[in-house]
Amino acid sequence: MSAATAANPRYRARKRQNALLLFISCLALAFGLFWLVWILGTLFYEGGTALLRATLYYQMTPPPGADGGLANAIVGSLVLVTVGTLLGTPVGILAGTYLAEYGKGSWLASATRFLNDVLLSAPSIVIGLFVYSVYVAQVKHFSGWAGAFALSLIVIPVVVRTTDDMLKLVPNSLREAAIALGAPMWKVIMLVTYRAARVGIMTGILLAVARISGETAPLLFTALNNQFWSLDMGKPMSNLPMVIFQFAMSPYADWHRLAWGGAALITLAVLVLNILARLAFHKKD
Amino acid sequence: MSAVLPISESADTEVRPARHASWGDALFENVTRFFALVVFSLLAAILISLVVGSQVTLEKYGVRFLWNPEWDPVREDFGALVPIYGTLMTSLIALLIGVPVSFGIALFLTELSPAWLKRPLGTAIELLAAIPSIIYGMWGLFVFAPIFQSHLQPALINTFGAIPLFKGPPLGIGMLTAGLILSIMVIPFITAVMRDVFELVPPLLKESAYGLGATTWEVVWKVVLPYTKVGVIGGVMLGLGRALGETMAVTFVIGNAHRLAVSLNAPANSIASALANEFTEAVGDVYFSALIELGLILFLITTIVLALSKVLLLRLSRHEGAKT
Repeated sequence: MSAATAANPRYRARKRQNALLLFISCLALAFGLFWLVWILGTLFYEGGTALLRATLYYQMTPPPGADGGLANAIVGSLVLVTVGTLLGTPVGILAGTYLAEYGKGSWLASATRFLNDVLLSAPSIVIGLFVYSVYVAQVKHFSGWAGAFALSLIVIPVVVRTTDDMLKLVPNSLREAAIALGAPMWKVIMLVTYRAARVGIMTGILLAVARISGETAPLLFTALNNQFWSLDMGKPMSNLPMVIFQFAMSPYADWHRLAWGGAALITLAVLVLNILARLAFHKKD
Repeated sequence: MSAVLPISESADTEVRPARHASWGDALFENVTRFFALVVFSLLAAILISLVVGSQVTLEKYGVRFLWNPEWDPVREDFGALVPIYGTLMTSLIALLIGVPVSFGIALFLTELSPAWLKRPLGTAIELLAAIPSIIYGMWGLFVFAPIFQSHLQPALINTFGAIPLFKGPPLGIGMLTAGLILSIMVIPFITAVMRDVFELVPPLLKESAYGLGATTWEVVWKVVLPYTKVGVIGGVMLGLGRALGETMAVTFVIGNAHRLAVSLNAPANSIASALANEFTEAVGDVYFSALIELGLILFLITTIVLALSKVLLLRLSRHEGAKT
């Protein structure tokens, strides 16, 4: 007769195994957090001083050995991200609306939902290759438009997914009430369900913006880079990720410093966007 | 409980006014359907553009491209073996480290963590996914690689140097470094899926096991994991899909050498890093086409892996839906 008491060796062994494995689980968590702290720590240690220098924000990217800033890259990134978001968001919201509101049970909706989820994790460098083949190779030059187009293709699946999810959360009683008042379906969607789901959809857009702010791979073959100030979307456009890539891979110490500054700036922006999105979303419930 | 009629709470009931009561409705429905079709056809469009772009090498080399170890722009002899090997090995290392760690974190967050710590800790792990990949790359090159080279790598080589996988001088950069950094990058993705599927386990099952005197570990290993194994594999596949296509982080630290090396310490190349490094500098149709074909291979592998992951996760949620 073996009882679950401290004297039973089998019971003790199980307890020991349990304690050991739970301890390892805590270690795993510490392991994950360790990298986060290390990466963010280095980033702000190395980039902090660069961030505080005003020249970073108003001087152009310098040739090696000269003093300069990242003004053209910062503005270029802002333009690319804004245009990319503006191009991708409407497509994503409308497609997501079809999935959640009209397409219930249709093969198109379920197939699109599936393919969209694959697209969501598809390698971004392949998106860059795609835009290169269908656009850059045809017009034969790199351009800001191509970069924004590539970024919009990354925005679309994120927005489709959140719009779909958020509209599905809207209780049907709201729709029924509006329909009972005689509203046509498009008005029900525009005036009732979009409003009910707007916080969630906005969260999705914010997360999409955060995601494309740091994307480098799709810009390699599309927007390329530009050492000078340019707001012409028809020409290669400077942007932070490409400048960081170029400067970090170079052998020059002052370029490295600027690259750290740019890296800290991007990360700060991305983290703030992520946290904002979470706060906005959680305030609702 | 089943006596309660599912009235409007169920999202599945069809609610809609008479179809196309107005032209506005027809218009709006068709506009949304059009954009759904656009999203639907995007993957196919990408596939077609890559096949068309790699026409030259597809015809010139055929399937030999897959196992030809050469990559010689001067003699125009190209093969994908080296980048494919690099891509698979780095992703494999990433999973070997990332999966157990993610399991541990998910276990902590679902079973051990006090309720008030769940949100902040979960968010912190998710932030690992928010950090742009170029930051991982830069940090890997400037901070991690030197430390790895001077402290960890020599120890590894001394201990396991007899195995061909760990031979060679400690360079700091190479497949092992790239795999380690990838493992950090896949942790948040795998953890998120594992957490979600662990939460799906009916409390009744777990309580029964606890009631029989099972320890927390036994509940997780013998009840939670078997119940969710399909979803867990789906999560691992999702992480794999991410690791295979990761570009910038790998480009910084893999060393970019088109040389077939068995040793993980040797500089190598992955598909994505070869594209990132060489694409804008490629000259000649064959070179271009070879690079696009690399992209095509990457696209096919990741799409299959991600689709499989999605199917597994769907299967778990359907299974779940059938039970409740």
